[in-house]
Amino acid sequence: MAKLLKILPGQCYASHKVIVLLLTGITFTFHYCYWNPKSQHLKSLLAGTGTAVRESHTKYLQPDALTPSRRDVLVLTPWLAPVVWEGTFDIDLLNAQFKLQNATIGLTVFAVKNYMSFLELFLRSAEKYFMAGHRVNYYVFTDQPELVPQLPLPGGRRVIVLRTQSHQRWQDISMQRMGAISRGARQRFLKEVDYLVCADVDMEFRDHVGVEILSSLFGTIHPDFMAVSRYSFSNERRPESQAYIPEDEGDFYYIGAFFGGSVAEVYRLTEACHQAIMIDKANHLEAIWQEESHLNKYLLYHKPTKLLSPEYMCDHDLLQDMQHRKKLGLSNIVRRIRIFALLKNKEVKSNNASQKVQSTDGR
Amino acid sequence: YSGRGLLVPSGHLVSCRVLRKGQPWGRRPSRGPGWGRLCCPPSCRPRVAAWLSLCRRSDVLVLTPWLAPIVWEGTFSPEILDEQFRLQNVTVGLTVFAVKKYVAFLRLFLETAEQHFMVGHRVTYYVFTDRPADVPHVLLREGRRLEVLAVRSHARWQDVSMHRMEMISRFSEQRFRHEVDYLVCVDVDMKFRDRVGVEILSPLFGTLHPAFYSADRRAFTYERRPRSQAYIPPDEGDFYYLGGFFGGSVAEVQRLTSACHQAMVLDKANGIEAVWHDESHLNKYLLYHKPTKVLSPEYLWDQQLLGWPSVMKKLRFVAVPKNHKEMRSP
Repeated sequence: MAKLLKILPGQCYASHKVIVLLLTGITFTFHYCYWNPKSQHLKSLLAGTGTAVRESHTKYLQPDALTPSRRDVLVLTPWLAPVVWEGTFDIDLLNAQFKLQNATIGLTVFAVKNYMSFLELFLRSAEKYFMAGHRVNYYVFTDQPELVPQLPLPGGRRVIVLRTQSHQRWQDISMQRMGAISRGARQRFLKEVDYLVCADVDMEFRDHVGVEILSSLFGTIHPDFMAVSRYSFSNERRPESQAYIPEDEGDFYYIGAFFGGSVAEVYRLTEACHQAIMIDKANHLEAIWQEESHLNKYLLYHKPTKLLSPEYMCDHDLLQDMQHRKKLGLSNIVRRIRIFALLKNKEVKSNNASQKVQSTDGR
Repeated sequence: YSGRGLLVPSGHLVSCRVLRKGQPWGRRPSRGPGWGRLCCPPSCRPRVAAWLSLCRRSDVLVLTPWLAPIVWEGTFSPEILDEQFRLQNVTVGLTVFAVKKYVAFLRLFLETAEQHFMVGHRVTYYVFTDRPADVPHVLLREGRRLEVLAVRSHARWQDVSMHRMEMISRFSEQRFRHEVDYLVCVDVDMKFRDRVGVEILSPLFGTLHPAFYSADRRAFTYERRPRSQAYIPPDEGDFYYLGGFFGGSVAEVQRLTSACHQAMVLDKANGIEAVWHDESHLNKYLLYHKPTKVLSPEYLWDQQLLGWPSVMKKLRFVAVPKNHKEMRSP
């Protein structure tokens, strides 16, 4: 190859040109296949997200190297993963980057048994705020496909209904999601979308949730644990469980209701959690916060490449705090409520509607 | 690293939930005495103590508007990152051009690289030179090796500088992609004096030029003649990046160097040479293909010219004093 390149200038032998063109074509194809971000781990890290993509000449203010975007919060983890807060990103820049990639985003949601009642609001609010302007596949896992609302969707966005089994206990319904997503990733998501976002259904999108969240692997900070020491994380503390995390370990406490990444990375995460849940089950164990405990174990040892601030998972109590601070004239750390967790107590989750379990934390 | 919360000490009440005395924290298991302080009525205002201060740099920008980290001392944990990259068993290629008299810089460059560059990881030094016999024998640690690659020299130092793009692009294609995971491309008339490690690695990174990190974009020495391929209008530009320190995955570096080389060939055909040669073209490329990490000027500094301002907590890779006129003469 080197020799051919060296003799090329000044010489115009047709056969050499053809050989070079052919080799260039092969190299190009090889490059594309080899560096396809849907392949192996290191390669997926190296390909990155939103990298080296030519973009249009959008006009914007110059970033200032000596002025931080947020002084009141951490915007970069010690392993150099961005923590996404309002004020840290320019959405026009990011949209331009992702548009050029023509990325398709998959959003998985489970509407099983009485949780079907949340689906319409979830989908309507997602249509308003989730990845506006980009291609989206909603993957709705349900045991009642006939009840899935028919919403008018613009081009580039569609709902795909996938049948899933229901269980008697809500904990089992919750945990089996990991296995379902990992199967779905292997069977179809890998071919259909570039990124997967996995969400709980009992939520409402209330503000922009866009491509700023996309990365190889992202988790969301649990709003109850924003300002809390690792000793206080509600990690699984029994060493017999696969989800066990010792008290002196832990970076953040991630919420099980909103995580995602590239299809490959989400597959790895959900498969690992699914296996761990199965092992625990065989040992007659159930982690304290079900799949959320396993998620936290996974993200401790496979650090996410982006973290989402609690703007991306507000609950009733956080909202009350914010309103209270506003009344006192104090500034708020959480400046936007992008996703709101609707469920206030466990009455819907319990098997019997008359069993209303009181909880003081709003879940 | 202590793994605490997300907030800096502010004296204000942070996230708070009402807890009645004696009652466990919602349905979360209580963790013993003291943690009740995390949850108290608004009137009690716990001081968010020093243990929350994770944000160790509040004087600089650590994240670009496209969410690429800007690497400064205090933003990262070397232990966590070293462990991550060791698990992946990465190999890092370091390219350096020692053409004509510049071979004289190699010994100090390589000896200090052995002490500070990617220590504990696999490294291949790619030394491009027209004087292979003059490459010094430097004792290398385990897992590190040196490859001498013969290149032609040029009469003009500007051509020597610009030729690097073509060479890196060609060799990325031919061999680097088989041998290393990441490529780091630097100037040779430098020495390492502090850690330059895996914190810099990313699909595509550039380094803030030490003379321009606080300048307005209109003062950046971009190429301003529209005739050149490297042209950038005065109202555009994020940062002014250095030609002497860039890198990324082999694929991304190959794309960058190839694009710059093509642009320089076009310029030459049109009888124009960009004001700062390969650096001008690099800046054009990185404006429209945003890097996934940006290195602070800690990663390339000139102490003679710029002193040691307080915002620089470390000077990692610094210019070796030299006589420009003498070095650039044939």
